[in-house]
Amino acid sequence: MNNMMIIGQYVPGNSIIHRLDPRTKITVIFFFVVFVFFANSFWSYALLTVFAAVSVIASRVPVRYIAKGLTPIWFLIVFTFLLHLIVTKEGQVAFEIFSWKIYTGGIAQGIAISMRFFLLIVVTSLLTLTTTPIEITDAIEEMLAPLKKVKFPVHELALMMSISLRFIPTLMQETDKISKAQASRGVDFRTGPLKERIKAVVPLLVPLFVSAFKRAEELAMAMEARGYQGGEGRSKLRELRIGKIDVLIYILFICVVAGLFLLRS
Amino acid sequence: MDITFEHVSYIYQENSPFAHKALDDLSFHIPSGSFVAVIGHTGSGKSTLIQHLNGLVRPTHGKVSIGDFQLAKGMKPKNIKELRSKVGIVFQYPEHQLFEETVAKDIAFGPANFGVSEREIQRRIKEIIPMVGLSEELLTRSPFDLSGGQMRRVAIAGVLAVKPEILVLDEPTAGLDPRGQKDIMDMFYTLHQKQHLTTVMVTHSMEDAAKYADHILIMNKGKKYMEGAPKDILIQEEALNAVHLDVPEIIAFMHHFEKKFGVELPFENQTPKQLAKQIQQLIGGRLRNE
Repeated sequence: MNNMMIIGQYVPGNSIIHRLDPRTKITVIFFFVVFVFFANSFWSYALLTVFAAVSVIASRVPVRYIAKGLTPIWFLIVFTFLLHLIVTKEGQVAFEIFSWKIYTGGIAQGIAISMRFFLLIVVTSLLTLTTTPIEITDAIEEMLAPLKKVKFPVHELALMMSISLRFIPTLMQETDKISKAQASRGVDFRTGPLKERIKAVVPLLVPLFVSAFKRAEELAMAMEARGYQGGEGRSKLRELRIGKIDVLIYILFICVVAGLFLLRS
Repeated sequence: MDITFEHVSYIYQENSPFAHKALDDLSFHIPSGSFVAVIGHTGSGKSTLIQHLNGLVRPTHGKVSIGDFQLAKGMKPKNIKELRSKVGIVFQYPEHQLFEETVAKDIAFGPANFGVSEREIQRRIKEIIPMVGLSEELLTRSPFDLSGGQMRRVAIAGVLAVKPEILVLDEPTAGLDPRGQKDIMDMFYTLHQKQHLTTVMVTHSMEDAAKYADHILIMNKGKKYMEGAPKDILIQEEALNAVHLDVPEIIAFMHHFEKKFGVELPFENQTPKQLAKQIQQLIGGRLRNE
């Protein structure tokens, strides 16, 4: 339905990035997100951008597709840029618009922050684009396994995650279906005054909740019927394995991070 | 209202790795007042086709005309709401669209959106409730307290209350018991004749197609596979089997009968009763001859 949303959408493929162990991807992306905030010079941003660009190319996900998926986020990026442009008062006055002084510091800050934002989103969406939700939850379950010692319900958490991820597309379909049915009954979701449009959401939300609850009940029953009893003694169909490429990627990433700290000003 | 498709194609998620052609150069014409059955295997584009009928989706290529309304790519018709008031769609499992506190309010929802006056709505509810086989006591109940079959009828009543000129049915009997299926189909057929509707029904049931439709459109992979009168289409066993469809039971029987006894029995939309009589006469005639 929603042609623009790609967050959470998996694009099947067999690229290097697709074949990486999901734990590797999560670790690298987690630290990438952290280290993006350490970048503070032109060259450090350039390095991270190259890293992100290479990852995107290696994933073989069509660039045009990623760009299209970013459309809802462009607004935020542009907004951040403008905010910094207007508010920051460092450096020299570059020019004036409507007697408001724009500083060079503001321009630099604006570009840096929106670049940071852009990199964060591209790289994190790459995770979901190249990793199935099942792989992601498997990886999280594995990575959190040590917490079992302190009685943290790791398996249940992972199960909750995989169930909610699994049902996102289903709920989207359901939303699409119900909104089409209500549109056929004369509901106008797109135009009209704001108050009317908010009211138009009720005929959409009520059936959606009703069916979500019904579905949850059915799922719980189906799981029990097949003998589900929690994580205790449960084996896995797919075992995760760290391979040679994973080690290589870790080494590459450590080099990038080292480079980043060298290039910081 | 006439329905015309001219070289209509529809592509889901164009320009993405998920691009998928749901309709492929589809052209047909449905004259006003017909009862058309659209048949096809799962994924043949039936559901996409019916969403074109009230402008829920616009064709990626080609043109759709419904009466005076025209739909084509990039066109933003202002009168889309008027079109939707004239084309009522009963979606698959329509009971999923119920949301109001009471049955009466849910039935009133559609007509109220299209600006029908409160008095007229009440009048229509009174008229429609017996038509769909519900009792008036249910009007004050919550739709969520009803049985599945009753919910389906309430949802159908909600669509009928708008008084559409074209009625579109997407597998209206899916998931109902045999008795409920027959009741609902008979109801739609009576309505079709009494109110001079144009009816488009998506179905998997060759029996229903044989029984109710006067025109059949068979879809395969987004393309028109066959089109014509039921008596010409439904007898083509090989062509139907090629797209995973069966001939209706009555025709399968007739084919067996022809093979076994070497007598030609032309299919003319007979009911089983009429066919039995025909065979009786045939056998009777033979007995007399011998």
